[in-house]
Amino acid sequence: MKEKKVTAWDRVKIARDSKRPTSLDYIENIFDEFIELHGDRYFSDDKAMVCGLARIGEMNFTVIAEQKGRTTRENIERNFGMPNPESYRKSLRFMKQAEKFHRPIITFIDTKGAYPGIGAEERGQGESIARNLMEMSDLKTPIIVVVIGEGSSGGALAIGVGDQILMLENAIYSILSPEGYATILWKDASKAKEAAEIMKLTAKDLYDLKVIDKIIKEPEGGAQKDVKHTSEQIKKEILKSVKELNKKTVSDLVNDRYNKFRDMGEYAKVK
Amino acid sequence: MVIDKIKKRNVDNGQVKSKVDIPIGKWVKCDKCKEILYKENLHKNFGVCPKCNNNFRLSSRRRIEQIIDEGTFKEFNLKIETTNPINFPGYKEKLKALKAKTNIDEAVKCGIGEINSEKVVICVMDGNFVMGSMGSVVGEKITYSIEKAIKLKLPIIIFCVSGGARMQEGIISLMQMAKTSAAVAKLHKAGNLYISVLTDPTYGGVTASFAMLGDIILAEPGARIGFAGPSVIKQTISQELPEGFQTAEFMLEKGFVDKIVERKEMKDILYKLILLNK
Ligand SMILES: [Zn+2]
Repeated sequence: MKEKKVTAWDRVKIARDSKRPTSLDYIENIFDEFIELHGDRYFSDDKAMVCGLARIGEMNFTVIAEQKGRTTRENIERNFGMPNPESYRKSLRFMKQAEKFHRPIITFIDTKGAYPGIGAEERGQGESIARNLMEMSDLKTPIIVVVIGEGSSGGALAIGVGDQILMLENAIYSILSPEGYATILWKDASKAKEAAEIMKLTAKDLYDLKVIDKIIKEPEGGAQKDVKHTSEQIKKEILKSVKELNKKTVSDLVNDRYNKFRDMGEYAKVK
Repeated sequence: MVIDKIKKRNVDNGQVKSKVDIPIGKWVKCDKCKEILYKENLHKNFGVCPKCNNNFRLSSRRRIEQIIDEGTFKEFNLKIETTNPINFPGYKEKLKALKAKTNIDEAVKCGIGEINSEKVVICVMDGNFVMGSMGSVVGEKITYSIEKAIKLKLPIIIFCVSGGARMQEGIISLMQMAKTSAAVAKLHKAGNLYISVLTDPTYGGVTASFAMLGDIILAEPGARIGFAGPSVIKQTISQELPEGFQTAEFMLEKGFVDKIVERKEMKDILYKLILLNK
């Protein structure tokens, strides 16, 4: 890979650019057909998460996607892409369906984090994320995760337990937003830029840490410069991953996924 | 510290008759009712303030003393330490100083012990160690314990206290949520009983992983339990939070906790639940 002088903070800005393609832009370009389906069957339909059925050629998929808006109006409708528990429960409903019909699942991560609100806590934000993590780890169908923009906190990971984790070159993925990180560690949100540089949140950092499996190149200036081209690259990787994952038996698939996350953690024997 | 003030006060709350014989440093002040308590009496009362029922934070060692039959606890000797995955400045030094100060090696203690002669795997988090936060070592120890419980066909009990994922290990801490939750999935499939006990405070990445995945979820009275911290929520919605928000009682009312259990009854309730699941 060519070395460019792009700082982590530059990537944060690109990842958050209001012109950056959202999940629906990619879905439209990647799939030949897509039908959105709604609701968690318990409480409501949370529009920060888009779920539905999609097709490429003869192949069917279940799509789960965190959805930001681009205009203020869209953002209010989408709750700025910050899911409430209903989003995670909706996504789990569709993932279980995918398992039933042996369809591969494609998830798109793009969120500042799960929504920190009174209602979200009342309805079990923590429980809804935990349940997704647990259920995804054992789902008997291939799961391909694509980090397209911002992937912050448990709100991102809640649809991120997959067999193959792809990430766009300028996307970020982290324990928390740089602002939140700076607030917790230094009680100063304005140190977000410094935080971004030490958090290891770029695709390259995460590849080196073995948190993601593949970096998808973006055009010069970011995905926003050429949505069609970027979508083509994502599509190519999705198809390649599905082909590989379909070769595995279901038990190998689930065991390999378990071990993939089982192996995450950096520790050594005390001397 | 509070010691100067304590010396000047004439303490008589029914717990302490005379302060003359009790050396400085053996006193502690209740955060809630401000009562001055003799530590030894506080410990005899399960670390609960005799005056206002405030639950003092327990070390993992004290918690194990309260729950596990004397002499039966055997700690899993993993002997692991973090390698500072994101090279967070000063992290290793911080942990080293903390280990020396607290005499514990990480934010969770795990092992096998007996509750009224019933064998269990038990993990007890410790809020005195980086706020009980979960990094690589906590994630590994919890996962190891769950796998051990599966192997030995034993119930597992996890006492949670945590500020969430450990910031200093960045994304690697986040991934511990997936790792531990995957282990819980395995445990449930294997048919083992898992009781999660939420104590003050249980937040963030721990709430959003193994803490909320027990067959039975107990909580201590008044424990603060949530995903997002109250200050983050307040800042986001720019309004005051309702009275009692994110307490154990609130979580019970909303349907996310099975039962609130007083500390002095915890061992007995755990024992009965184990029997009822046999
Ligand atoms: Zn008190």
